[in-house]
Amino acid sequence: MQTSKYSSPPVDQVGIEDRIARITARSIKSSMKVEGLKMALSMIDLTTLEGADTVGKVTQLCTKAQHLCDEFPELPNVAAICVYPSMVNVAKQALGESGVKVAAVATAFPSGQSSLEVKLTDTKLALDNGADEIDMVISRGKFLQGECNFVADEIATIKEACGKARLKVILETGELGSLDQVRKASDIAIYNGADFIKTSTGKIPKAATLHVTCVMLEAIRDYYLTTGKMIAMKPAGGISKSKLALHYLMLVKEVLGDKWLTNEWFRFGASSLANDVLLQYRKAQVGGYQSPDYFSID
Amino acid sequence: MATKNKNTFEFAPAPESTGHIQLRDQYDLFIGGKWIKPKSGKYFKTINPATEKQIATVADASEKDVDLAVKAARKAFKGWSQLPARERGKYLFRLARLIQEKARELAVIESLDGGKPIRESRDIDIPLAAAHFFYHAGWADKLDYAFPNRSVEPLGVAGQIIPWNFPLLMAAWKLAPALACGNTVVLKPAETTPLTALKLAEIIEEAGFPEGVVNIVTGAGKTGAAIVNHPDVNKIAFTGSTEVGKLIQRATAASDKKLTLELGGKAANIIFEDAAINQAVEGVINGIYFNQGHVCCAGSRLFVQESVFDEVTTKLKARIENLVVGDPLDKNTDIGAINSKGQLETINKYLEIGKDEGLEMFQSSCAVPKKGFWCKPTIFTGAAQSNRIVQEEIFGPVLAVQTFRTISEVVQKANNTPYGLSAGVWTDKGSKIFNLTSQLRAGVIWANTFNKFDPTSPFGGYKESGFGREGGIHGLEAYLKFND
Amino acid sequence: MARLEIKKTYKIYIGGKFPRTESGRFYNPKGIDVNVCLSSRKDFRNAVVAARAAQSSWAGRSAYNRSQILYRIAEIMEGRRAQFIEELLQQGSTKKSAEDEVNATIDRWVYYAGWCDKYQQLFSSVNPVASSHFNFSQLEPMGVVAAIASESSSLLGLSTLIATAIAGGNSVVALASESKPLCSITLAEVLNDSDVPGGVVNFLTGKADELLSHFSSHMDVNALVYCGNDSKKILKLKETSADNLKRIRAYAEERILGEKGESPYLISDLNEVKTTWHPVEKIGAAGSSY
Repeated sequence: MQTSKYSSPPVDQVGIEDRIARITARSIKSSMKVEGLKMALSMIDLTTLEGADTVGKVTQLCTKAQHLCDEFPELPNVAAICVYPSMVNVAKQALGESGVKVAAVATAFPSGQSSLEVKLTDTKLALDNGADEIDMVISRGKFLQGECNFVADEIATIKEACGKARLKVILETGELGSLDQVRKASDIAIYNGADFIKTSTGKIPKAATLHVTCVMLEAIRDYYLTTGKMIAMKPAGGISKSKLALHYLMLVKEVLGDKWLTNEWFRFGASSLANDVLLQYRKAQVGGYQSPDYFSID
Repeated sequence: MATKNKNTFEFAPAPESTGHIQLRDQYDLFIGGKWIKPKSGKYFKTINPATEKQIATVADASEKDVDLAVKAARKAFKGWSQLPARERGKYLFRLARLIQEKARELAVIESLDGGKPIRESRDIDIPLAAAHFFYHAGWADKLDYAFPNRSVEPLGVAGQIIPWNFPLLMAAWKLAPALACGNTVVLKPAETTPLTALKLAEIIEEAGFPEGVVNIVTGAGKTGAAIVNHPDVNKIAFTGSTEVGKLIQRATAASDKKLTLELGGKAANIIFEDAAINQAVEGVINGIYFNQGHVCCAGSRLFVQESVFDEVTTKLKARIENLVVGDPLDKNTDIGAINSKGQLETINKYLEIGKDEGLEMFQSSCAVPKKGFWCKPTIFTGAAQSNRIVQEEIFGPVLAVQTFRTISEVVQKANNTPYGLSAGVWTDKGSKIFNLTSQLRAGVIWANTFNKFDPTSPFGGYKESGFGREGGIHGLEAYLKFND
Repeated sequence: MARLEIKKTYKIYIGGKFPRTESGRFYNPKGIDVNVCLSSRKDFRNAVVAARAAQSSWAGRSAYNRSQILYRIAEIMEGRRAQFIEELLQQGSTKKSAEDEVNATIDRWVYYAGWCDKYQQLFSSVNPVASSHFNFSQLEPMGVVAAIASESSSLLGLSTLIATAIAGGNSVVALASESKPLCSITLAEVLNDSDVPGGVVNFLTGKADELLSHFSSHMDVNALVYCGNDSKKILKLKETSADNLKRIRAYAEERILGEKGESPYLISDLNEVKTTWHPVEKIGAAGSSY
């Protein structure tokens, strides 16, 4: 599918709404909820992407990643820390042998409005600093201009540069205009080397939704049915409550199946989700409603 | 590699509580605003099809009881029809509100008595029932606008016989327009699912309706026949099988009874290669497995364009594996219990017929409870119009899949049935949608959607699916006399 | 020597042709000196086949086109006034009543010609459903309509039943008045000259008692319209119609022959209501979840 003719199937938005309504009507209780909360924690890419990021801030976040809640030793660590390329070495050092990965946003994040040369340099910087995963953005301007080949080639080039690092391709779905476009962008990313497809940068108001995620999961499923190859998914932005996270897991379970329910194949890009999950987890373990004052903020 | 999880994200039981519902052990007949014992003294059991346990006993109304009910309705007719129309409407508004207030109790009873998933009774049946009363309430004082240049008056006493698949909702479909138009009613719920109609009788009492405006008599076919044959009934509205519908048409031929019939179906659901396939698959699932397939308009004949047959069937099979079959009261249940032992036997008979005719049968691998009546979601592929499971209404969670090549072929096949209640078409191309929707001979066409209902939307069939419409402005005609 | 008069042979009208009855039988209506076809069950069957074949393309004509064709019927009738009046006189009408009936009939065709492209607007609706769907209801013809004409008014009654049926896109098999069949065949000739496609209207003559049960029991007839006051006939029609749940419309003669014979509700009575749903995408709208 390296040509300019990307023939993605149409998406019916109201149909997606119906599907999501059924998912959110699911009741996730007791043992399922506890398992879901643990799973959600293990899938978090704990994120800080600010102009104001400092060594101190990133180090604190890395501490948080390894000490989510020492009261419950059975809890997993988060999957990764997600930072700018310049902070990769800081994070790498702080995380040590914890197993928590370091993901770096690259390719002129968040707008992607730069040359391929700059984007490659950006990516190489992150990789040289030790990033395990690269979160790239697609060129939405080119995509909206209909230059799908340009977008495809860019993804393929960055993928080549990534070597062993896993590549997450951020579609910035909130800028694409329709679910049909989300599907098309997903297919372009998947067919050109994305290991993950990711919804959003978190830098515009319209971030991940269950609806957009559903469309992207369908693209992943269709690719899997055609090729037998698994692609991972990462919704990012706007997911700060456990209940919503659990709905995402339910969506993954129903659209893709249990095989995708590990942090190898599914991630949440989030900064404040972890504490809400911990709040809910503690409630499930010790009973009673909890206060945020008992959970560390980093 | 970060830590791997064990996949233990499995459904835990999430049963809806039955603690707040109030049911009597025994229900009498609701006639003339009072609860009256049947003349025969006979009662029958109503059971929970998911456990086969008795829930209550219910009066078996005989011809004499029906006569009493018709007399009560006749007596109430004058007052009710002469009540200022706005006041009549206000009773219906009040009824709608009370149903909303008691929605949770009604939903639980509906699922207990009929076996349907609580998700559906909670999210569809009960809210829609309330919406039907609310919609029709507003018509009561506006009927002149519905029929320009025509003067209208109520018919008199309406006899209404409703099925077991949507017990409260069908009661609402029947009662709301009848009452709004100024008729009084004798209503018979189905014998396997009488409880929500009896709860509705209690709500009607609570709403303060004049005595005899609504009378509810329980019983089986004989009770229904007594209503149909009663000489002082002016209108029969029946929802049920085509076979019984024909009997009713013959039985009422000699009378002036106005008749509406909402009968069986064997809807075609058509997927073209250019459809939004993933949403189409979801629509097909909703089209056939909604309410265990106990739906007259169920999309039981699936036509898939040959080029996407493999994709569609692969996805359908994967999707039914995700459907949760079991306890109707569990909030995660997608497919509940088959309504009765008799219906389960009918469905099983058709599964055998399908297999005997050499079709490939695929069923979900889910487990079903030991007690109760259950049928796993089932797909037959390799079907043709000549197969019996394609021609006959099964009224269960059984989908027959056929392929087609061209528009003209699929239109011809879709219309190749004595029924004409509903049809579905899935394609992304607008002009093709209108081509199909105008050629398909059915009263309700769902394009890129399926099994949607609304009180403003007329529902009813062509051909042997019956006649007359329910809902919307068009549904009012069935309950009015026109002086022209 | 006086010129020998040319007598008209009255045949039936099926599929745009004028055959004799396949049965070879005829009858003589009381007091009228002509041999009229005594149509058989087979004639009826053939007529239904012709009507079925013609129906969908008739329904597919534009409403404007159907309207013009109905108006054309009135134009051609106007040119044959004398013939219709003569036949009505033969059938026992007075001159005044014959003239009145022809006038009323022609005007009635004009009246229904005008409805062809309007009734749909009157009876269709856009339904404000609570979900995000566009939902509309419109009328569609029932299909093949069997029409049993008024016995007392051979022209106005018959014309009204046919006009209401075909204005609404149905095709018709009509049985003429048994005692007054002459006008029906002349009306068929008018229709044949009026751009009404063959098969859209078919006429049989014969005995109602013989044919009624065939009309009502035929499985490929969608609706049956009866104009008359014979309750025994109505009962029989209703009972035998149940086999395929045929829609039965029985109108008293006074209704059809009087002022109320002009009503769009007579068109909608022979139409089904079809309701169509389609999702309405909400992207870009307030509250969009995308």
